Amino acid sequence: MISGEHITVTRSGRRLLDNVGVELKPGRFTVIIGPNGAGKSTLMKVLSGELKPDTGFVSYYGASLDLCQPADLARRRAVLPQATQLAFPFTALEIARMGAVAQGAPNPTEQARQALSRVGLRGFESRPYPSLSGGEQQRVQFARALAQVPQPVADGVPRALFLDEPTASLDLGHQISVLEIARDFAAAGGIVLAILHDLNLASEFADHLVVLNHGRVVAEGACAETVSDEIIASVYGIAGAVGRLPAQHIPYVLPQSRHR
Amino acid sequence: MPFRAAADGDRTRQGAVVLGLLAVLLFAACLISLGIGPTGVGLRDLWAYATGNGDSLSVQERVILEAVRLPRTALGLLVGAGLAVSGAMMQGLFRNPLADPGVVGVTSGAGLAAVAAIVLGNTMLAPLAMLLGNQFLPLMAFFGGLFNTWMLYLIATRDGRTSTTALILSGIAIGALSAAFMGLLIVMADDRQLRDITFWTLGSLGGATFGRVLSILPFIAAVLAVVPFVARGLDALILGDAAAFHMGIPVQRLKRIVIVAVAAACGSTVAVAGSIGFVGIVVPHLLRLAMGPSHRFLLPGSALGGGALLLIADSVARTVAAPAELPIGVVTALFGAPVFLFLLIGKNGAMRDMP
Repeated sequence: MISGEHITVTRSGRRLLDNVGVELKPGRFTVIIGPNGAGKSTLMKVLSGELKPDTGFVSYYGASLDLCQPADLARRRAVLPQATQLAFPFTALEIARMGAVAQGAPNPTEQARQALSRVGLRGFESRPYPSLSGGEQQRVQFARALAQVPQPVADGVPRALFLDEPTASLDLGHQISVLEIARDFAAAGGIVLAILHDLNLASEFADHLVVLNHGRVVAEGACAETVSDEIIASVYGIAGAVGRLPAQHIPYVLPQSRHR
Repeated sequence: MPFRAAADGDRTRQGAVVLGLLAVLLFAACLISLGIGPTGVGLRDLWAYATGNGDSLSVQERVILEAVRLPRTALGLLVGAGLAVSGAMMQGLFRNPLADPGVVGVTSGAGLAAVAAIVLGNTMLAPLAMLLGNQFLPLMAFFGGLFNTWMLYLIATRDGRTSTTALILSGIAIGALSAAFMGLLIVMADDRQLRDITFWTLGSLGGATFGRVLSILPFIAAVLAVVPFVARGLDALILGDAAAFHMGIPVQRLKRIVIVAVAAACGSTVAVAGSIGFVGIVVPHLLRLAMGPSHRFLLPGSALGGGALLLIADSVARTVAAPAELPIGVVTALFGAPVFLFLLIGKNGAMRDMP
């Protein structure tokens, strides 16, 4: 279990996170939602060890994050960042292989190949990263994260996937397939934390939803409890939109409906 | 001759093959450098000397080989390797194919410190000069280069991102400032010191001695020894500071090591050979086309390729206008500046990809 307690981060006089506590449990797909500037990315940076909070602490299975070496941490969790641009023409395979090397895979090239085919990029191995489309680049990065934590549980310890807006710049089909891979990872005993903007996708995939606003957790729990008219209205300023169909002349696409 | 990436995207074998070719090229360059010169001592004499039949050579010919060409070749090898590796490391550190110690003012910093050592070595800095002996000049140049690299990094990098514009512009400013201080020192210099200083601004392998080779050897050896430990980190750093940290790289430590290594390679080469431009940008650029950008192969490849390029350039400098000798900095600039321009304006120009 990864837990953060009493996390406060202040930057240039603004309180980005205010006494936030979260628990990421194995086997659970946790999703953070909230408006722009709510502190979602900051919270993920603190939990992944990238940013040291001003107060509060983060622990991985009881061990304080401050005591973890970067190399040990790399074996326990992988992070998918928001869009990354490169000035050097690494191939898709070479990018994914960096993740496999980071966790000390005995055969990183093979692992990278498997990760690429898991995200539907088989045949893209030799493509230079800068020549890929935004969505393809995002999936190469996702493959890199998967290659870094190929097993949801290794040596009896669950591994974690941190995904910062994993669906950004992906088409609807790939949004769903990326989140399905993440859900499988959690279902197999791993820890998944994702930041999502699409409330429909969040509602479908999250086992546990954390709603952030102005650096505070305003609601937390199962989607059925947290995605309510009051909360959505208070956080996003949009009232009366939960569980209602739009006016008859507006077509709508709800990805959840594919299961019916 | 840009190779196409292997169909499966894995360029490990390609990298190994190119490294092998570079080793052969370097060996050939060493032979050319040892066997060509205005005195008529040629490859055949070299062969005789190397196979132990040196008796057939006159004393004069042996002196030319042993005391003139051998140290010069060794020096060219070390200087070329140091320049190219420091260029490749710097480009990785700044995530920018245009970063070159010569272009962004690191060489000027090392040069300024070297000039200070020459001009003030008998007066203000005399105690230091006494203390450090032969290593005084290389160490001064090293700290000069270190200071400018560090300044450049502090100025051009915000939140782990280096913008090309900030890098080049602050590099120009730092270089200009160093040049201005150098000008002040030149005003203070006497005639003999002025001659020494002129040597620095042009860059040359002339006057190579085994003493010079030995004074630079520890620096270059240390930098090459660091290569295997920073290669993976520099690869990861290309994806950004955060991503490198996520992949287990101790980012701040890596950066400190690389900055010191760049300054060591750059400073020590400036101390013995003056400022020789563009080797640090041309060699890594050509190698990225041939073997891909991974530092596992790029850094050792740059060491081999830089040595070969500098020896060939030096052979050209010695022979085209023989018995006169062109400054080697002129030769590398004639070849390197167009490549740099091509990089800036090319179709996949580095400027276009960067913020």
